[in-house]
Amino acid sequence: MAADSTLNPSTSSGWKQLSQDWASDKEAFKGVPWGKAMMWIFLLSDTFIFSCFLVGYMSVRMTTTDPWPIPSEVFALDIAGRSIPLILIAIMTFVLISSSGTMAMAVNFGYRRDRRRTAALMVITAMFGATFVGMQAFEWSKLIAEGVRPWWNPMGAAQFGSCFFMITGFHGLHVSIGVIYLLTVAFKVFRGDYERRGNYQIVEIAGLYWHFVDLVWVFIFAFFYLW
Amino acid sequence: MPHIEGQQHPIGLYLKIWGLLFVLSTMSYLVDYFHLHGMLRWSLIILFMLLKAGLIVSIFMHMAWERLAIIYAILIPPLCLLVLIGLMASEADYIFWARVFFFGQPAEALAGHP
Repeated sequence: MAADSTLNPSTSSGWKQLSQDWASDKEAFKGVPWGKAMMWIFLLSDTFIFSCFLVGYMSVRMTTTDPWPIPSEVFALDIAGRSIPLILIAIMTFVLISSSGTMAMAVNFGYRRDRRRTAALMVITAMFGATFVGMQAFEWSKLIAEGVRPWWNPMGAAQFGSCFFMITGFHGLHVSIGVIYLLTVAFKVFRGDYERRGNYQIVEIAGLYWHFVDLVWVFIFAFFYLW
Repeated sequence: MPHIEGQQHPIGLYLKIWGLLFVLSTMSYLVDYFHLHGMLRWSLIILFMLLKAGLIVSIFMHMAWERLAIIYAILIPPLCLLVLIGLMASEADYIFWARVFFFGQPAEALAGHP
């Protein structure tokens, strides 16, 4: 019975549970599947990579002697003859949040063993992701056409271009890899691989990666586009 | 009672969080749209950002229901990034003025410099 109480988060106190998890000469993170724990640790390392980019961006923005281009003007779009600031980025944000919502529901249906709905929701998530990458490609080509380069741009501080291409490029790469990952898992879900094994854990692990990509965008949106 | 595997939560919870994330994103967009400036702008951006990040990590990524050991293993290490941010920010002023005084770069960004 004592072993049971250490496994159940609701019955033993947090700190006691924490020390037991690390001290009992057994596996840490009891009851957490290793696939999930390892995905979390990968995401932790990815956090540091993206943080390095954002801190680097902060450093160059604070130290440059040229005026920093105003993002809300750089990323404005002309719609119906009116210039709307930052509208494309706002739409991209909503697309990515929607994809996170459908992914969360896919995980839920996975654990309910609803094979078809899980696969369908994952494909919808991947489609949202592909839409996001498409809009990013549009944004890149627009800025490149306006003369923005990693080493120079017509609006102000030269560091703007390098930060923009590096940060959004690396994030876009993550989204693209995520789309491929999700489609692969969705195909295997639909084929019934996990039904036979009786374990839909992989859907949640893929979901963790996808939510992380959305999470990084929250920080990029705040610090690069809104600041 | 059937064997419960993984995280089981009602779909309604995810839909509510989804709606909340939409509202928060709209609000952070409006901060830019209405051209808020200075401390008000920065504090609102940070507030909405942290709320969104918190909702995604705790609900969508199920961190709220994980064991304390894994929560701390994942959430404590990024705190050392605050040290890096502090170091880089405190050095920034020095680099900026070194560029103005010793390299003769124009201080055009002076107005926007803290």
